[in-house]
Amino acid sequence: MNLLNIVLALPAAGFLIGLLLPKGNAGVARTFALIVSLVTFIASLGLLAPVMANHAAMQWVTDVPWIASPNIHYHVGLDGISVWLVILTTLLTPICVLLSWNYIRQRPKEFYIFLLLLEFGLAGVFCALDLFLFYVFWEVSLVPMYFLIGIWGYDRRIYAAVKFFIYTMTGSVLMLAAMIYIYGRAGTFDYPAIVGMLNSGSLRFGSAEQLPLFLAFFLAFAIKVPLFPLHTWLPDAHGEAPTAGSIMLAAVMLKMGCYGLIRFCLPLFPNAARQSGNWIITLAIIGIIYGALVAMVQPNMKRLVAYSSVSHLGFVVLGIFSFSQQGADGAVYQMLNHGISTGALFALVGLLHERGHTLEIKHYGGVATAAPWLAVAFMITSLASIGLPSLNNFVGEFLVLQGAALSYFPWAVWAAIGVILSAVYMLWFYQRLFFGKMPEAVKTHVYDLKAREWLAIVPLIVMMVWMGTAAQTFLPSITAVNARILEQSKANVEFQVKLRNEPNRAEASVEPESIHVR
Amino acid sequence: MQLLWLIPILPLAGFAVNGLFGRKMPKSMITLVAVGSVLLSFAWAVKTLLALQPLNQPYVERYFTWFSSGSLNVGFDLMVDRLTAVMLLVVTGVGSLIHIYSIGYMHAEDGYYRFFAFLNLFMFFMLTLVMGANFLVLFVGWEGVGLCSYLLIGYYFVRDYAADAGKKAFIVNRIGDFGFSLAMFLIFAMFGSLDFGRVFAAAASKPVESAGGALTLICFLLLLGATGKSAQIPLYVWLPDAMAGPTPVSALIHAATMVTAGVYMTARSAALFLKAPMAMDAVAIIGIVTAFMAATIGLTQFDIKKVFAYSTVSQLGYMFVGVGVGAFDAGIFHVMTHAFFKALLFLGAGAVIHGLHDEQDMRNMGGLRKHMPIACWTLFIASLAIAGVPGFSGYFSKDEILIAAHGRSPMLYWLGVITAGMTAFYVFRAWFMTFLGRYRGQAHPHESPLVMTVPLMVLAALSAGGGFIPVPHILAAVLPAAHAGHHDPSLAIIAAAAGLIGIGLAYLFYVVKPGLPGAVANGLGGLYRLVCNKYYVDEIYDHTVVQPIKSGSETLLWKVTDVGLVDGIVNGLGRLSASVGGGLRTMQSGNIRSYAAWVVFGSLLVLVFIGMAGGAR
Repeated sequence: MNLLNIVLALPAAGFLIGLLLPKGNAGVARTFALIVSLVTFIASLGLLAPVMANHAAMQWVTDVPWIASPNIHYHVGLDGISVWLVILTTLLTPICVLLSWNYIRQRPKEFYIFLLLLEFGLAGVFCALDLFLFYVFWEVSLVPMYFLIGIWGYDRRIYAAVKFFIYTMTGSVLMLAAMIYIYGRAGTFDYPAIVGMLNSGSLRFGSAEQLPLFLAFFLAFAIKVPLFPLHTWLPDAHGEAPTAGSIMLAAVMLKMGCYGLIRFCLPLFPNAARQSGNWIITLAIIGIIYGALVAMVQPNMKRLVAYSSVSHLGFVVLGIFSFSQQGADGAVYQMLNHGISTGALFALVGLLHERGHTLEIKHYGGVATAAPWLAVAFMITSLASIGLPSLNNFVGEFLVLQGAALSYFPWAVWAAIGVILSAVYMLWFYQRLFFGKMPEAVKTHVYDLKAREWLAIVPLIVMMVWMGTAAQTFLPSITAVNARILEQSKANVEFQVKLRNEPNRAEASVEPESIHVR
Repeated sequence: MQLLWLIPILPLAGFAVNGLFGRKMPKSMITLVAVGSVLLSFAWAVKTLLALQPLNQPYVERYFTWFSSGSLNVGFDLMVDRLTAVMLLVVTGVGSLIHIYSIGYMHAEDGYYRFFAFLNLFMFFMLTLVMGANFLVLFVGWEGVGLCSYLLIGYYFVRDYAADAGKKAFIVNRIGDFGFSLAMFLIFAMFGSLDFGRVFAAAASKPVESAGGALTLICFLLLLGATGKSAQIPLYVWLPDAMAGPTPVSALIHAATMVTAGVYMTARSAALFLKAPMAMDAVAIIGIVTAFMAATIGLTQFDIKKVFAYSTVSQLGYMFVGVGVGAFDAGIFHVMTHAFFKALLFLGAGAVIHGLHDEQDMRNMGGLRKHMPIACWTLFIASLAIAGVPGFSGYFSKDEILIAAHGRSPMLYWLGVITAGMTAFYVFRAWFMTFLGRYRGQAHPHESPLVMTVPLMVLAALSAGGGFIPVPHILAAVLPAAHAGHHDPSLAIIAAAAGLIGIGLAYLFYVVKPGLPGAVANGLGGLYRLVCNKYYVDEIYDHTVVQPIKSGSETLLWKVTDVGLVDGIVNGLGRLSASVGGGLRTMQSGNIRSYAAWVVFGSLLVLVFIGMAGGAR
């Protein structure tokens, strides 16, 4: 059994064993979840070595038949992009456990095992290489998140959970239909095999099929990202989710959509992706500016951060659809950066909520006086979020904007406005929470970080600095995979041009340059 | 290897120690770490420069790759050439003096460790800025000093105006950085690199764009960045507010070093600007208009720090004129002399404020000559220097700029001369109001301790004699000299005379006939109010930019578009399908069992689909 399977099996086993734990005993449940998630995290670090040695090829591959008919395999593997997303997931899970330690009092056992199930689903999404398996993991991750919001959320949790569920379901049903159509054409759900067929020319999606298929996938992913105007589930979900739910949602779950775009949409439907690039980028840029402006005027802390995510993830989509090396690298790096910095932001907002018992910004003020270290952690995280050079987000944003500028300079101009606005909403947010005089409630209720909270926050801050200054730890593997994906996304452009210009000769023409997946 | 990295790292280490442990350390330890690290940095800079003499070629040290993607490869590279050398000595030298001064100025503050930690962090970023060997490392310093400026302006964060001022500084600078970033994207697109050496070498072979072009666009975008950092029109509005920070911060960051970064960056990019004459002209015009306008405002202010703040904006305008007319060396010369005399003006003002227990209004000062003679006479020297009295440092650098400006356009020269007259007037107005006459306040004025007055005296010596440091000669090897026009001695005499006339008028207004300023102000009526209220620029920005964005985002974007339109459609669709299928209502009941049933149902549906698809094959 290779290590990847162990990393996947650990949280799944944790979930199943957790079912047997005594009800209502928070101490046992959280200790159990912490141990399982820490072991998973440590194990997942072991995944890095072979991927770092050979960036572009899939490592840790397991490919065994699962269902005979239809032909579905348990096919998993990791390359230089997915390995980081898996580690992001395994890093954040124990942090979520630590942050929920005293916060979750109601039905603790169920809470922690759902967290482990969520980890299983999310990690699975990033390593699935069989389309159907991918879909299964996609849905598996949906269920625990639904419960995390619906059971442990705030007042309007049911509305938020259902909205989250329906939005995601709408997209994923279409994606499933598209997958089944592809299965009908290719005779397999196996992703590398399908890409191989596309590259060799033995499988071709004509433009009449390619666009609807692309849109079906795209819609599922765009909802998850979320891309403007499909984002309105996000503020509600975040506004109502408990801290751990918000962290996993923002830091990892949104990346499922981004990951899907770059992993599936570009290589599978290169022509449709390029054809649609302009309007997708338009939506991304609208999202960047719109998300920032709406974030600015939010009275609720979590909704503010949620809208800021809409803005940040616009950069990811912009980078992917700029079809440039820098753009794609920046997009993937930004996925990780956003995971760290927005994860930390939700963690810190959660800590404030734990103290002040409200998410309304106007009830806070002067917290820097009451809790100076909390203020420092929040400041560093805010600075990361607004892209201060030497912290993580800067590198990603810079690459995305550079890539966009190389493709079409005005895109960079518009998107860079978002960088100005991020400073506006974050610094104003920070000022209202931490500066000024303390209201009475803050004076009596707000205390500084405790040891357990330090343990949860410090790793994230270390990552912000590390990713901001030593980006080459991460980028070479990302670059290698993106270079391959961009080549694949060019593979059929030639074919498309021929289709357009010389429709009669298209079928008879020379095979497009074949690019091998492995 | 000269271990260049030690120069910025030492203050960073000071920041780390004081930032992490300062709260529990005794004050003496904090001081030792903070001031010691900067002094060591200064010493290491001097040692390095001596070792690298004569430094005819840039000396570059490459450490490690920061990030790379495709053909873009950015390294953490530091360099020293003669331009950097001048900046290094000014930053570490003046920086050290201000650190020492701060020991006395800040001794009673609770946030002593925090203040010094931020000040050290500022030194780190400022040194990174001047030593960076590519645009991105420069940008690290560029945004980093902005961050420290934000943190230190907001040092008294309990007071709303300080927090507001800090935020304003950061955001306005971000607008400038927007231009800087876009310029970098274009530079990479055009030259395939962000490395100074490669970019400038490649730029040298490009034709001069007299009718505009890509390089011109790049330079305009860089100029936008420079106007933010160096407080020029249209982005100067943050600097006067920045005076909310402690006075040593105003001296170090908002007078001597950080605000000159725009001038440094423009001079550094001389190879680009020389190919873009339109952008050069824009630099000079923005500079002269800013210099003139800020000086007029300086005439009317009563807060001593505000007077010097507008003075800084105005003097930075001179530096822009210098680099804009191609006299890059003169611009940097003025950066240096200005660092001496303006740091001294602020520190002297700080000594006065300190001695009067936080009084900043000059109407409540007067007669302090007897109470604080050292502050009085050091400030006198600084005032002579900024007024351009021959022999004092400001005279030499301002003279170089004005003569070069005359070579480009006599109009620039004459506006510069009038501004010089106004400069002399407002700075001596401040000096007369503060030190002459009788004391009008309530406090018990006293001289500051030696730890504060010694830096004043050192700076006074530099303000007096700094003009004899041959900066233009030193820089001749790296920066293109100004087009040597006809050196008409009368130009220098006129400029010096303007300064003396300004001093004389100030003496007439504020010593001989103290009733005169009020009468003149009344006589001017609306014009005086316009200038006194800073031309209402803040109000105009607020009404045309800030408020519309805020209310537009709140109502149009959030409540109408997001909640009303987009969510309205979503919820409408939800209700529609609910009434059609009735299924949603069950789900919205929040009943988990019914949800589970849905999952089972959905999974069945999936399997049926698959069966059909599989069968169809």
